[in-house]
Amino acid sequence: MRLAHAVIALKGIIKRELWRFLLQRERFVAALVRPLVWLFVFAAGFRSTLGIAIIPPYETYILYEVYIAAGLIGMIQLFNGMQSSLSMVYDREMGSMKTLLVSPLPRWFLLTGKLMAGTFVSILQAYVFLLIAWFYDIQAPWFGYVSLFPALILAGLMLGALGMLLSSFIKQLENFAGVMNFVIFPMFFMSTALYPLWKIKESSELLHTLASYNPFSQAVELLRFAMYGQFNGHAFLYTLSAFVFFMTVAVWGYNPSKGMMVKKTGGPN
Amino acid sequence: MNKYFFMLLMTFSTMIFADTLYITLEKDNALAVVDGETGQLLKTVPVGQRPRGIAFSKDQAYLYVAASDDDTIQILDATTLQVSGNLPSGDDPELFKIHPNGLWLYVSNEDDNIVTVVDLKEKKAIAEIAVGVEPEGIAIAQNGQWVVNTSETTNMVHWIDPQNQSIKDNTLVDPRPRAAEFSVDNQWLFVTSEIAGSLSRIDVSTKQVSAKLNFNIAGVDDELIQPVGVLAHPNNEMLFVALGPANRVAVVDIETMTVTKYLLVGQRVWNLAFSPDFKRLYTTNGVSNDISIINVDKLKVTKSVRVGHYPWGIAVKANSTDSSSSKSPTFVPAER
Repeated sequence: MRLAHAVIALKGIIKRELWRFLLQRERFVAALVRPLVWLFVFAAGFRSTLGIAIIPPYETYILYEVYIAAGLIGMIQLFNGMQSSLSMVYDREMGSMKTLLVSPLPRWFLLTGKLMAGTFVSILQAYVFLLIAWFYDIQAPWFGYVSLFPALILAGLMLGALGMLLSSFIKQLENFAGVMNFVIFPMFFMSTALYPLWKIKESSELLHTLASYNPFSQAVELLRFAMYGQFNGHAFLYTLSAFVFFMTVAVWGYNPSKGMMVKKTGGPN
Repeated sequence: MNKYFFMLLMTFSTMIFADTLYITLEKDNALAVVDGETGQLLKTVPVGQRPRGIAFSKDQAYLYVAASDDDTIQILDATTLQVSGNLPSGDDPELFKIHPNGLWLYVSNEDDNIVTVVDLKEKKAIAEIAVGVEPEGIAIAQNGQWVVNTSETTNMVHWIDPQNQSIKDNTLVDPRPRAAEFSVDNQWLFVTSEIAGSLSRIDVSTKQVSAKLNFNIAGVDDELIQPVGVLAHPNNEMLFVALGPANRVAVVDIETMTVTKYLLVGQRVWNLAFSPDFKRLYTTNGVSNDISIINVDKLKVTKSVRVGHYPWGIAVKANSTDSSSSKSPTFVPAER
C-alpha cells in the first residue's frame, strides 16, 4: 500500500460520507432533534432529580439536564454508528460495498477510513448539539470543549466499529429493525447516559452490573469527564479495548473468504 | 458606599488572592476553617455548644461566636482561635450584628422577646430593647443610622434608633420574617419571610413596603421555598437570597424586584457571605453538611464541599494584608 494511494482512497471515502451527510439535510436535523427532544422534554420532567448528590466529574450539585448532556452526546454517536451500519448494509445491497472492498488497499484500512468518516460526522453533530445546549445553560468550562474532542474520536470510533460489526451480521436492510430493538435500546437504557450508576444500583443490582460492563456506559463516562477537562482512565481503557475488539471482529466479518460474508453470499464469486 | 466607591474598591482589590472562611458547625460544636479559593477544609476548632451566629470585630482581631446552648457569645482570638472571653448575650443567642462604630453588638433573644445591646469594649449589656414575639433577624444600615430587628411571630420589622437604643417605628411584613439586609446606599431594607416565601423591599425613608417578590421555582414545591439569609451586592443592583429547603439561591434585581437566576446549591441553604473581593459568594447548607461556592461574575456554582455537620453561620477574612481587604466580613443571620 503506497501512501499516495491510501490518501486518495481515504479522501474518497470521507468525501463520499460527508457528501451524503450534507445532501441528506433531514438526516442532520433528525440527528439533532432526537437528543434535543430528550433534553427539552424528557429531562424537563426530572429537572431536580439529581440535585441531592455530587458525583465526579461534577464538583457541585447539578440539574438533570446537565447530567444527561453527556449521555445525549453519546446517543448522537451511538445512533450515528448505527446509521453507518445501516448505510453499509444498503451499500452492500446496492453493490457499492463490493466496489470498495475489491480495491487493492487492505480491508482494515478501507473499513477504518469509512469508520473515521462516520466519526467525523458524529463529532460535527455533537458540537452543534453542545452549541444549542450552551444557550440552555448547559455550559462546560471552555477547556472542556477542547478535551472533549479526542474523547469524541475514540467514542465515535468504538460505536462506529460496533455498527460495522453489526452490519456484517445483517443480511438484509429489513433486519435492521432487530438492531434497534436488541442493540440500540438496551445499550442506551442500560447505561449511565440517563442515570448514574449509584441511582441504578438503588433499583437493581443486576441492572447496575449490566450498566457497568456496557461499553456505551464507559464511552459516555469518557465523554462526561472529558467535558470537564478530566481524564477517566478506566473509561478510556475500556472504550479503547471495546473499539479494538469490535473493529477486529468487523474486519474479519467483512472478509469475503472467511467472515460473515461467506455465510451470507456463499463466498467470493 | 456608592457605586463609584464600589468600582474603586474593585480596582484596588485585585491584589487579593485568597481568603479564609470561618463556619460554625451547629452539631459538631466546632468551627470549620476553610480556604475560600479551593474550598479545602483546613482545620476544625472546638467552640461552645450549638454555635450559630459568627462575626469578626471591626479590626478583625476577634471573632465572636454565638454559643446558643451555653447562653453566651464567645470571644475568640482571630489568630489563635482560642477562646479569650465571653459576652453577656442573654439567653439562647443566635444572630447578632456589630454596629459600624465597632462598639455595639446587637443580639436577638428569642425566648425573652428582647434585643440585647452589648458594649464590646466594656463587655457588658448596655440595653435591653423589648421587641415583638420571637425576635430573629438583625440588620444595621451601613451609615449606622438604623438597626432593625424582625420578629417572627409578630410579623414585624422594628426600627431601632442606636442613638438612644429605642424603637422608633414598626413595619408589618409577610409571615415569619427571618433575615433583613440594607441596600448599600441605605435607601432600601430587604426582609425575607419564610412562610410566605417572599421578599419585601421597604423604603427606609417612609418605612413602608414598596415592593414584594414571591419566589417561584419551576418543579419545586412552593412549601419548600423558604427564604432565609439575604445579602446585598455592593454594586447596589443585585441581591442574593438563600431559599432554605428549595436548595437554591435566588439572584434578585433590586430595581425591578425580579429573579434573574436561581442557583442550585446544597440542601437547606441558610446563610451567605462574600469573599473580600466580591468575586465569590459562599453559602452554608445545613442539611447536606457542605458549603457551596458561587462565581459572582458568572453567576455559576463552581463547587460544593463538605465542612462538617450542620454548617450555619459564616464569616470571611482576607489572607492578604492589602488595605482594600479590610472591609468587615459580611454575615447574614438566619435560623433553621
